[in-house]
Amino acid sequence: MNARLLIAGVLALASAGAAVAAVQVYAPARSRQLWGTVQQGKYLARAGDCKACHTAEGGKPYAGGRPVPTPFGIVYSGNITPDPDTGIGAWSEEDFYRAMHDGIDRQGKRLYPAFPYPWYTHMTRGDVDAVMAYLDTVKPVRQVDRQPKLGWPFSMRSMLAVWDKLYLDAKQFQPDPKQSAEWNRGEYLVDSLGHCGACHTSKNMLGGPTGGKMQGGMAEHVFAPNLGAGERDGLGGWTKQDIVEYLATGSNRYATAAGPMAEVVQASTQYLKQRDLEAMATYLKSLEGPKPETPNTPDNDTMHAGVALYVDDCAGCHMDKGTGLPNVFPPLRASSAVQAAKPDLLIAVILQGARSPATSAKPSGITMPAFNAKLDDAEVAALTTYIRNAWGNRGGGVSKGDVAKLRSTLASAPR
Amino acid sequence: MARKLPEVDVVLVGFGWTASIIAQELTEAGANVLALERGEWRDTVPDFSVTHIQDELRYAVRKEIFEQTRRETMTFRNKSDQLALPMRELGSFLPASGVGGAGVHWNGQNWRFLPTDFMLRSHNEQHYGKKAIPDDMTIQDWGVTYEQLEPYYDKFEYLCGISGKAGNLGGKIQAGGNPFEGPRRREYPLPPLKRCAATVLFDKAAREVGFHPFPAPAANTSKPYRNTLGVQMGQCTYCGYCEWFGCANYSKASPQTTILPVLLKKDNFSFRTHSSVIRILTDSDGKRATGVVYVDQNDREYIQPAQMVVLCAFAHHNVHLLLVSKIGVPYDPQAGTGVVGRNYAYQVSSSVNVTCKERLNPFMGAGALGQVVDDFNGDNFDHTGKGFLGGGYIALWNTGGRPILQEYLPKGTPKWGAGWKKALHEDYLYSTHMQCHGGVMSYRDNYLDLDPTYKDNYGNPLLRLTFDFHGNEKAMSKFLTDRATEIANAIPNRGINAKPREGDYSIVPYQTTHNTGGAAMGTDPRTSFVNPYLQSWDVPNLWVMGSTVFPQNAGYNPTGTVGALAFWAADAMKRYIRNPQPLVQT
Amino acid sequence: MEQRENIGLDRSCATERCDSPSRRTFLLGSAIFISSSLLLGGCGGGNSTREPVALRFLESDERNFIRAAIDRLIPKDGLGPGAVDAGVDVFIDSQLAGPFGQAAGIYMSGPFRLGAKEQGYQLPFTPAQVYRLGIRRVDEHCRKTLGNVFAQLKPDQQDSILHELEDGKIDLGEIPSPNFFNLLLQNTKEGFLADPIYGGNREFAGWKLIGYPGPRYNYTDHIEQYGKPYDAPFVSLGGEQPVTCRLSDSPTGRFRGPGCEYAQMPAKVHYDALTTTTGKVWPAGNL
Repeated sequence: MNARLLIAGVLALASAGAAVAAVQVYAPARSRQLWGTVQQGKYLARAGDCKACHTAEGGKPYAGGRPVPTPFGIVYSGNITPDPDTGIGAWSEEDFYRAMHDGIDRQGKRLYPAFPYPWYTHMTRGDVDAVMAYLDTVKPVRQVDRQPKLGWPFSMRSMLAVWDKLYLDAKQFQPDPKQSAEWNRGEYLVDSLGHCGACHTSKNMLGGPTGGKMQGGMAEHVFAPNLGAGERDGLGGWTKQDIVEYLATGSNRYATAAGPMAEVVQASTQYLKQRDLEAMATYLKSLEGPKPETPNTPDNDTMHAGVALYVDDCAGCHMDKGTGLPNVFPPLRASSAVQAAKPDLLIAVILQGARSPATSAKPSGITMPAFNAKLDDAEVAALTTYIRNAWGNRGGGVSKGDVAKLRSTLASAPR
Repeated sequence: MARKLPEVDVVLVGFGWTASIIAQELTEAGANVLALERGEWRDTVPDFSVTHIQDELRYAVRKEIFEQTRRETMTFRNKSDQLALPMRELGSFLPASGVGGAGVHWNGQNWRFLPTDFMLRSHNEQHYGKKAIPDDMTIQDWGVTYEQLEPYYDKFEYLCGISGKAGNLGGKIQAGGNPFEGPRRREYPLPPLKRCAATVLFDKAAREVGFHPFPAPAANTSKPYRNTLGVQMGQCTYCGYCEWFGCANYSKASPQTTILPVLLKKDNFSFRTHSSVIRILTDSDGKRATGVVYVDQNDREYIQPAQMVVLCAFAHHNVHLLLVSKIGVPYDPQAGTGVVGRNYAYQVSSSVNVTCKERLNPFMGAGALGQVVDDFNGDNFDHTGKGFLGGGYIALWNTGGRPILQEYLPKGTPKWGAGWKKALHEDYLYSTHMQCHGGVMSYRDNYLDLDPTYKDNYGNPLLRLTFDFHGNEKAMSKFLTDRATEIANAIPNRGINAKPREGDYSIVPYQTTHNTGGAAMGTDPRTSFVNPYLQSWDVPNLWVMGSTVFPQNAGYNPTGTVGALAFWAADAMKRYIRNPQPLVQT
Repeated sequence: MEQRENIGLDRSCATERCDSPSRRTFLLGSAIFISSSLLLGGCGGGNSTREPVALRFLESDERNFIRAAIDRLIPKDGLGPGAVDAGVDVFIDSQLAGPFGQAAGIYMSGPFRLGAKEQGYQLPFTPAQVYRLGIRRVDEHCRKTLGNVFAQLKPDQQDSILHELEDGKIDLGEIPSPNFFNLLLQNTKEGFLADPIYGGNREFAGWKLIGYPGPRYNYTDHIEQYGKPYDAPFVSLGGEQPVTCRLSDSPTGRFRGPGCEYAQMPAKVHYDALTTTTGKVWPAGNL
């Protein structure tokens, strides 16, 4: 809330006597208008990637309205510009903290965990206040929030009380005294602001986290791979420097960010400080991976078909033998993204193409075209099976049905 | 009623190579720059993607990527006493349209002109005497020297990631490169492309007959390359779909692959597509450009005011704009007065087909994959008694083996029937060709002006081209063809087919898209439209880019020099912006 | 590695189920296919087993002329199929119906004047009009001088007519005969050698003749193998709506029919036993 409103409110009180002021009056924290706090908040908002979800395609920044797909339907992000009527301009710091920590808004309404408060809950109070200080400076936009499109019973917000009880661990972050300061900073960034687990941890039927921490999960129709240890499909083969480079620039010698992760890099991680990225890398490298599975062996016919399709369609960029050109076209051989437990990301990239993030370090935005019009389901199945199992890769097969299902899901995904 | 828009610092007509370079340089200097492109937006994905780009019929035969004559063309005649008629079908040259311009569909053959090329008149007069230059050969010195341009050639080469081998480092001749080239400060940014069977054969044969072959400098990257702006390029995979096609894997230098990723993010740069500039506006004195008029795809007119106007359209289109805007004095071939339209030139080319004994797999190729003999270019050899001036290179280019158009069949092959089929069957995999790529001098009677009869869609008269080869070019071309034939005969072959350039210049068969001149640069306003910095003598805030400013054409592809001149001019523009005035006093 | 017969792509999808032949069916049927492929390089011969394609521009008598003419321009012979078997008439028909035929990109403003040959094409006729007018006049001329339309003449008579057209010796009225002839010849070569998605070059007839493998995009590891054949299956761009493939939908929702190769057939099938550019059996690649 800004000073003008405060003064107006006080004057209104004074002039109206007993009339209740329309504007909630409270004393703003002295620190909130400090430029330093605002800058800190801006940095944290970048780390939390608020803008990406809270900005619709072609919409005004932070005004919300972006559809966030969940297995239960579509939730639309809210308007977090300081507009007093349709945004959070009338919210106090307490209101904002309650939303971030408990997932409850100013009216007492529970928020859907598509808004990753189960991760933001670990943020310190000071950090949350700083974020709000920054959001106060964003251009106010008048835009009413869209109602979610959820089927019953998920449309009942009261269900969320149950969900929160089951899955919300509403605790501020506590550093682990057995770990280094760098590791703790990394855990803080990854597990709160970064909310990496929101995609990279698998979820059960109710959308609660299940399985190992960040060992792979669904993210907007595609699979966010395992970030724990694992040579084949985890970060086991990546050095700390590889992780830092990937997050800072969008690519490293092994991989290029694609799909939702490309957006994360472009809007969020490319702005993080070097030492924060190193902290995150330190933390990630300490995570356990899932038990290694033995994927099924694909049949010869499929591999024959796949190699021919690969030579015809993929080798122009990804080169013979899947070596790619590191930092230009990602290698497919020994790629953890390619060998991920689920093939969805690979299938989606082939069907829709992929635009690599344009970061200040690597501005090119090299793009892969979509093959959905050129290859049918059987061909994509043979091709992805081949890629996941060639050149020493072991990733298991992909069926025609897998491809058909994802093709149809992606085609009907909201924009 | 044309709508007037808010003023910008710099408006660029066109959005191809020169516009991208000028925009990048001037926005770095803080200027607010707008580019107006008559064509569409284009990018690697989706427009040149690997899913569909290798389509010879669509792009090479039907020429989808070029400017269609229905929208823009010119009329043509060989001589002034002929009636000029419209170029209705694309043929001899293929002007570009769309963002990236010809930079999208060029082969990537990238050269520096020779030091003597820039001093053509004075050098030839000194060497061969004033009488060696015919009266009607209107060649002139450029007003800039190779030494002055050298750093800018270097800048363009490192922007593009040119693959090559230096032949002259700081004056010392290097093995493996072009021994005739002007001195360069450092090596090329990338090593040469791989050699194919045909270039290996050519190299051996050329050495046997005593010439000095070397790998052609290529704007096709031989390795992944991160350029001077931090933009990442891929690596050429020899797909054989280079000229007339966009590149699918970021390995051909174009504005899209070298500049735009950085340029388009700048707040002080913007561009509009489907915006055809139809006139340059000047104030009532005619001494200052005030902006341009353009038409959008709905035929609405706009006035775009600007502090500086830079013509970055393709070659002769710049001249057309000057003429219809009545800027400068139009060239009068009878009186020999005026400069706008004067000194149009082109390239004189010929070829020799060779059907080798060895299998060549011609379909594995790249736009600038070639081996070149430069012994007969420029004044690299003694012209005494030859009966001509100038020269060109002889190259074995292996740009691809596209089935419909790239068949280099032996002499006497029937044009159809079982005989044609047999020849194709036996020779396609074994045939290649050499190109003789000669320069063209300027002449009094080769020029551009406005056609009196035919009009374009905006009601402007079409540009009229009057051009023919003179005896000098025909003699020089024959000389080159004979040298190429010598090389061909030294390749183990089953037949060769020398195809010299004969007769008058025809607009029908494709030759090169190297149209030059019409607004020449120079030191004398009587014979040049722009000064050595490419700034108009008459209108100091009007600048002209591209091969439009070549006073005559050398024996090399023009793009390297076009790029270098753009960087050179950009430096001058930055000085101009700080202190707007003519940079050269007259 | 078991020895497999060189079956190649010389089978018509009209005579067998293309969607899922089993390996056993393949081998059983191989004997029949080999013998027929030795005959004409086309399964079951040329025209008769090919389902007729609906014309989009040509009238049926015009199509008869085209077929007869292209059969002389690129004849069927021991080297392989000619233009007719390659579907070049279908290609030409489709081109004339489209923007090329309508001269969509050509400057067609008047006045029209004939100029020097160096000034190029100056007639007011679109390619479609050139064909329409040209065919009619040629047939008139043939009827008058040889007693029958072109399509009904004997091959050597047809050859004479074509030579005369090429040399400008037949009066076609407003259109100089070399214009008509060269356009026809150019389109015929295009149809024979363009990607099969345009309706010609059926079953890669043109590309098999010359040894061009198709639009791949990476020869980095092959270009320095001097003198060695490049050994891979013929491949086409595929694409969404090739002309000849508008015959029937496939189980996967894509088009299929004679002349539909590669992308229209399920992966397993069309990579099982393919002829490469050197006549070998694919696959040769490693897994």
